[in-house]
Amino acid sequence: MASEIRELLAAHGKPAREVYLDNENSGWVPREVVEEMIPYFNERGYGHPSITNKPGWEALEVIAETNELVARTIAGNPIGVNFVHSGTEANNLAILGTVKERKSKGKKIVVSDIEHYSVLLPALSLEDVGFTVIRAPVDEEGFVDIDVLPELVDKETILVSIQAVNHEIGTIQRLKEIVEVAKDKNPDVIFHTDACDAYGRVELNVRDLEIDLLSLSSHKVLGPKGVGVLYIKEGVRVEPILKGALSSQHLWPGVENVPAIAGFKKAIELAFEGFHEHNQKIASMRDYLMNSILESVPDTKLNGPRGMERVSDNMNISFLHVEGEALTVELSMRGVYVSSGSACTSRVLEPSHVMLAIGREYEEAHGSILFKLTRYHELDDMRYVVEQVIGAVERLRKLSPLGKG
Amino acid sequence: MGKVNKRITIVIQGENLSTRVPLPYTPKVLELFKKPKNYGKMENPDAFSQAGSPACGDVINIYLRITRKDGEDIIEEAKFESYGCAANIAAASMLTEMITGMKLREAWKIEWQDVAEKLGGLPPVKRHCSILAVGGLRRAIRSYYKDKERPDWLPDEITPAEKQALEEEELIERLYGGRGRREV
Repeated sequence: MASEIRELLAAHGKPAREVYLDNENSGWVPREVVEEMIPYFNERGYGHPSITNKPGWEALEVIAETNELVARTIAGNPIGVNFVHSGTEANNLAILGTVKERKSKGKKIVVSDIEHYSVLLPALSLEDVGFTVIRAPVDEEGFVDIDVLPELVDKETILVSIQAVNHEIGTIQRLKEIVEVAKDKNPDVIFHTDACDAYGRVELNVRDLEIDLLSLSSHKVLGPKGVGVLYIKEGVRVEPILKGALSSQHLWPGVENVPAIAGFKKAIELAFEGFHEHNQKIASMRDYLMNSILESVPDTKLNGPRGMERVSDNMNISFLHVEGEALTVELSMRGVYVSSGSACTSRVLEPSHVMLAIGREYEEAHGSILFKLTRYHELDDMRYVVEQVIGAVERLRKLSPLGKG
Repeated sequence: MGKVNKRITIVIQGENLSTRVPLPYTPKVLELFKKPKNYGKMENPDAFSQAGSPACGDVINIYLRITRKDGEDIIEEAKFESYGCAANIAAASMLTEMITGMKLREAWKIEWQDVAEKLGGLPPVKRHCSILAVGGLRRAIRSYYKDKERPDWLPDEITPAEKQALEEEELIERLYGGRGRREV
């Protein structure tokens, strides 16, 4: 396997210019974040944060600092910040841990139709043990239908989980209204939001929004992979879903990834200093990229909303008559790294459920490409990407039997 | 607010959930994807077929120019068009290279494994690309003899390779219930 991949990479070669726009799937990490992590491997804080010795306390110190920092950025309480190892784990803990705690109180769970798999799949897994999962519909731009929502939540509903920002099409949900509607129908309902793609981009205030549980992921704010957070409001109970060894955390066993937490802390500091300037810069580059591609490539479709209701760093376009996986490979050879909502890696698999939920046809979903920008990009990178996208789509359309009259 | 969308079900099978997992393509697949041979539409082909559907993200068109020489039907020229992933494009390109100059009776014997082998192997989730290409070729050959006398080497019953390609199309039809399909 490894030798095959080496051969593949050799055949691929190193493009003259590279622009990484796949930060949705895996964040690029700035040098200063990496440097912040290094001492925690073997200079300080390399101990176990649950143990009473100096290296352990040093580890606990950086964890506590990060607790406080995360809490400040979401207007929460440091005690509610629980570290896990990914956004996926945070979402699983939120869904499964809440249901475990509240299983005697009701049998219904409401999630939106376009949740990340790490919310959707744990929720659906509960159908096997007698729970009903109700999927709140969304409109063509991915907004949860607030008129339908009251009909979906009732006294039997124990948990509502609706993301703050969609990971594929960048829709910023009207979370305040959604929480109000849900809690109005059932004041006891636990409201969870997957905020992985919202953090550092839109303002999140858990007090204002009356959110009980909130998930974050380090790599989505250009921190290292290997750290996620489940924020739990005071008084809300979540049952652990993993059992394990000694840990300073009762909710998630296994020693915290302390160097990565140190990196996450730095990544948050960088993301939040100049929050508005960063997001303005990113949105203006994104708008340039979006408008240029939509204007210069025929037969394209923007997926998700425009303007202020779309998160600053997300762009998702369907290129008709070409298949998305082929487009990612073609763009990769041109040094532009993106991903697709195509179903092409597995035969019996549907394309992106998000695309289908917003009413895209299968061919439109197969041709969808996700671009996610960072503040480290420059407008000139976007000019390069536009050129390469035009060339890549043109070449693949020449091969395609579709769209030729 | 917008309309209520039709409920969808996630079907999970195989190891990978999306294109997020990079697949170990061979250098040959990458080379043919970069520089495919024999692509494009053929005007007035002697035989033509289309296999797959836009809904499943896979369509291969095969065009053949056929001449008769010494009592044998020979593929003088083969071309393809492909709407599909990199492996799909490479498989169709490889197949057209393999069959150019070949007797139809020999081309009929090509199996999807032969194409996959010439590509240096295909990841399991990409084997259907080769199946679709070979199924498409046989469909084109069969169409060529539709109004002619059937040669002795061409079986009356559908072969496993044709059946597999058909099954893939039917599976998509069943799964997607015709949604997203259209005439091409």
